[in-house]
Amino acid sequence: MNRNKYRIGILSMQGATEEHASQLCALGQEPVLIKNKEMLENVDGLIIPGGESTTIWRLMKKNSLIEAVQQFAQLKKPIFGTCAGLVLLGKSQVETEEPVSLKLMDIQVKRNGFGRQKDSFEANLDVKGMKEGYPAVFIRAPYIASVGENVEVLAAYDNKIVAARQDNLLVAAFHPELTDDNRFLELFLSMVGEKSALII
Amino acid sequence: MTDRVTGTERVKRGMAQMQKGGVIMDVVNKEQAKIAEEAGAVAVMALEKVPSDIRAAGGVARMADVSIVEEVMEAVSIPVMAKVRIGHIVEARILESLGVDYIDESEVLTPADDLFHLDKKPFTVPFVCGCRDLGEAARRIGEGASMLRTKGEPGTGNIVEAVRHLREVQSQVRRIVHMNEDELMTEAKNLGAPFEILMQIKEAGRLPVVNFAAGGVATPADAALMMELGADGVFVGSGIFKSKNPEKFARSIVEATTYYQDYQKIGELSKDLGEAMKGIDMKTLRPEDRMQDRSF
Repeated sequence: MNRNKYRIGILSMQGATEEHASQLCALGQEPVLIKNKEMLENVDGLIIPGGESTTIWRLMKKNSLIEAVQQFAQLKKPIFGTCAGLVLLGKSQVETEEPVSLKLMDIQVKRNGFGRQKDSFEANLDVKGMKEGYPAVFIRAPYIASVGENVEVLAAYDNKIVAARQDNLLVAAFHPELTDDNRFLELFLSMVGEKSALII
Repeated sequence: MTDRVTGTERVKRGMAQMQKGGVIMDVVNKEQAKIAEEAGAVAVMALEKVPSDIRAAGGVARMADVSIVEEVMEAVSIPVMAKVRIGHIVEARILESLGVDYIDESEVLTPADDLFHLDKKPFTVPFVCGCRDLGEAARRIGEGASMLRTKGEPGTGNIVEAVRHLREVQSQVRRIVHMNEDELMTEAKNLGAPFEILMQIKEAGRLPVVNFAAGGVATPADAALMMELGADGVFVGSGIFKSKNPEKFARSIVEATTYYQDYQKIGELSKDLGEAMKGIDMKTLRPEDRMQDRSF
């Protein structure tokens, strides 16, 4: 259980930012809504929330946040991407003319991989390192079509990879912020804790 | 690992949560849909006519031709919404079978039922509905709406009704939150709202579903105003494609919605925009032309 208090940025171009913020508050953390690159300097970790990846991408581009987030990742500070956040963190995308990609994590992403909204679903997911199943909420969700050798696969559904970790990057194709289950956030906070311990 | 469950309350409401802070734009063909997507819209609403043209055309306004909806669905990767007439079960089932991502049971179209809204719970596809006050909002949630939008007055380019409706809902939510439980049943009676929904609002401190603003947004400053007043996002109907420069209006409205408290930026976004859509003063609108009064 991680109970140190960190400042966790939530990229707030668009999407489910409040849901992440209230989960962070529930765990005694300090959420910071990030709308410009200067605000990134004072946070220990960053969450890229669910939303529309094309919208978030365009707003990041317009407001110099792409390089800023890439630099943030190069400092080895932890980043947690959920759904659209997973799409943005990936290196490449399947069948996309114009990929929206920060090119940080060695994964190839299939956007809307499970179909349209009518195919959005809930399922109980086996996750590596978690004793009990995780209540996963998939909304027009992507999946990971392939991973590089440094990527640790954490969960798959229907033979499609839906959660993974690579060094300081954690991604989930589903929405932990829409449930009361904090285990993914705890995992992310432990990554933030490890990184912060190294600095001290 | 157990089997998947689709169409749950959580995935229907969650879909709207992913749209928060965004702009949903009305489009009538694939070209407009592309422009909206390029500009950063979080979704598009596929229509046969934008509300101001529906107003001008008169007659009965119905669900869009299926070919328009399909054309838009094929053109963009963002979610596609479409409107059905209030109470039109079959139009809704048709759109659901097409795989539309969200259905707007909308007063912009001519109601098919003058007594009952759709029972939205049995559908897999989620619904958004309009509201002018908390009673209407809570009744729609009670029927199974997964998202709300304050109505405003569609197709007028006049923000005044949108402001009135959003302020009304917000103020009534605040009242509920501060009420004692023993006052809630009488309040439910007065508002014409389901008691259970008011209890949920009291417990959560907010509406249980996302609430966007709609009906009259014509400029970046209008969009920012609705966010300032507490909207979760905005719908822009005629405001984009009835302006002189749709691309620029679309981009600027998207950015102003995200940076709604960065007034310098909104100032920049408002430079050289060109002419906004021509608006309508509410005083010149005949009572029978008011779309917002079409629901129950």
